[in-house]
Amino acid sequence: MFKWFNRKTTESVAEPEAPKAVIDIRDITRTYEMGEFSLQVLKGISLQIFKGEFVSIMGPSGSGKSTLMNILGALDQPTSGEYFLDGVDVSKLGETTLAGVRNKKIGFVFQSFNLLRRTTALRQVELPLVYGGVSGRSQKAKAALESVGLGQRLDHLPSELSGGQQQRVAIARALVNEPAMILADEPTGNLDSRSGTEVMQIFQQLNRDQGITIVFVTHDPWIARHTKRVVMLRDGKIVADRHVAAPLVAGETERPSEAEELEGVFKEAYYGGAKAEYT
Amino acid sequence: MNLIESFRIAINSLMINRLRAILTTLGILIGVGAVVGLTSLGRGVENYVSGQFTSLGANTLTVSSTRPSSGTRTVIQPLTDKEAIAIARLPGIQRVATQYNVSGTLLAGTESVSLTLNGVTANYVEVNEWRPRNDGGRFISQQDINDAARVVVLGESTVEDLYGDPNFNPINLSLQINGRIFTVIGVMENRSGGAGADQNAAAFVPISTAQSRLDNARVRGGAYKVSQMQVQVESKDAIEMSMAAIEVYLAGAHDIIYSGDEDFRVSNQGDLLSSITQVTGILTLFLAGVSGISLLVGGIGIMNIMLVSVTERTREIGLRKAVGARGLDILSQFLIESILLSLIGGALGIVLGWLISLIGGALVPDLDLSLTLDSVLLATGISSFVGVFFGLYPANRAARMRPIEALRFE
Repeated sequence: MFKWFNRKTTESVAEPEAPKAVIDIRDITRTYEMGEFSLQVLKGISLQIFKGEFVSIMGPSGSGKSTLMNILGALDQPTSGEYFLDGVDVSKLGETTLAGVRNKKIGFVFQSFNLLRRTTALRQVELPLVYGGVSGRSQKAKAALESVGLGQRLDHLPSELSGGQQQRVAIARALVNEPAMILADEPTGNLDSRSGTEVMQIFQQLNRDQGITIVFVTHDPWIARHTKRVVMLRDGKIVADRHVAAPLVAGETERPSEAEELEGVFKEAYYGGAKAEYT
Repeated sequence: MNLIESFRIAINSLMINRLRAILTTLGILIGVGAVVGLTSLGRGVENYVSGQFTSLGANTLTVSSTRPSSGTRTVIQPLTDKEAIAIARLPGIQRVATQYNVSGTLLAGTESVSLTLNGVTANYVEVNEWRPRNDGGRFISQQDINDAARVVVLGESTVEDLYGDPNFNPINLSLQINGRIFTVIGVMENRSGGAGADQNAAAFVPISTAQSRLDNARVRGGAYKVSQMQVQVESKDAIEMSMAAIEVYLAGAHDIIYSGDEDFRVSNQGDLLSSITQVTGILTLFLAGVSGISLLVGGIGIMNIMLVSVTERTREIGLRKAVGARGLDILSQFLIESILLSLIGGALGIVLGWLISLIGGALVPDLDLSLTLDSVLLATGISSFVGVFFGLYPANRAARMRPIEALRFE
């Protein structure tokens, strides 16, 4: 709580009441035992994410961001430390209870969509409701699909949808149980830039209009620039936790090409190979 | 998540992987079809064989002379026609056919045959359910017996031996038996089946002719010896009672006091029948066992496919767990899938078994093949057991998968 008042954010001024921490992890470590030696992937991480935030967790390969994501998603348990998800301590729960936590509190979006084969969009979205034992499934699933702009594609199979549309089905599936947060692992990683922009727009819209808490795990700075806060990991520790001064609005700015990004890096033009090869 | 949802999910995943589901079902289908079909065949053979024996007289007792087992009594009093008449009057007894056998040589032209001639009574045909063939002949009549007529009825093999062709019609031809002229009055229809020697190698003469013309079987008191009696009882249930009644009567008639001194034996065709039934029962069991092996193979096929399916659908399992499926939900999904596969296979297998029995029945009209309820129940029971047993391991493996590893699986 005190941390919250110490933060210099504009929202704190706008809202007099302390917002609820959706994610509150305290000094979490995760050690993998590999036979004789053990590997500590997370070396004491504390992090709070509040309702309505849009956070990117960034870090290079091996920084522990996937491990952190698994713990945040209640797919894995920390070796030590505490994890309060929406006020519930989930760091000591058994697998069966965790399944319920995932069902009610977390909506997952994966890089590779993870849709069921030969299953209609409506059924895909109903899946969390089925495991949650919720009634009125098709109405809720329909509403979720409409909110991602797929109201006309209810009966389509994954093979009949574009990559962007498939990912939007996955977003609808993540939304449908009204979770405390959406956890997305490189959600645009398998998409071309146009579909990626489309998906990013959906996320931003959900965060802006419905106040849904979203956590991205990504290594792409361009994606991170679209979120409001960036947590950077390196070697199992948080090395930076910053608010984005002016988050990009998806679709408004063209992503610079690799050539533009690398402008001024090279010494001289290099064509590669012998000249004869080009004639 | 309740069972109905698990069912829906399982049916959906089976529909999604239709071809694989059909191929898996095939293994169980063949196994169950073999069990049901072959059991039905085995039962058919069993029924056929016991039916044959019933036609030989399952409700027939045979009374014959025998050496006393005690060894203290050495005199054997022959059975007589007077005793046969008395036995026929015992309660529960339908008719008694007596028989007096003499050995004889039949001579027709230059061909001769030596055999045991059966001197029989007119009711031989009823007791043995064996009639002369329909070519103008007849069996020995009461008149023939009263007259001790010199007539003979031949078996087909005897006709073949004497005239070179079993289908030859020798009626009204004369032949010599032990040097006396006899007239052929009929040929018995071909009779196969049963145990023992060729029944068609026979010749029948009136019992009185055998007793007085071909032999001298007269005993003191004006009665005639008989070799054996065939006693037909009114119903199968009365067999034990009738056996006892005959034994009591004959013991009195032969002055038997001590057990072991009996110089006669009453035997029951049913004893032979039950041992034959036992053999065919073992045959049925054997067939069921062999087809049970194919059912086992089918079950292993299910397990194999389910294991492949679990591996192939690792990511799906990971996803289901990520969106809130508990281990139990995954377990029941896969278990229901395998049970459904084997039950559908079982149902189709019963149809296949029914077709096998239909085809078998059409190929061998003598066999009365029908699906028995117990084999259908057995097949259903076995196939659901196979589903549970061989589905449990893969389903458990799926249920125990860790969601992160499952999601990361390529």
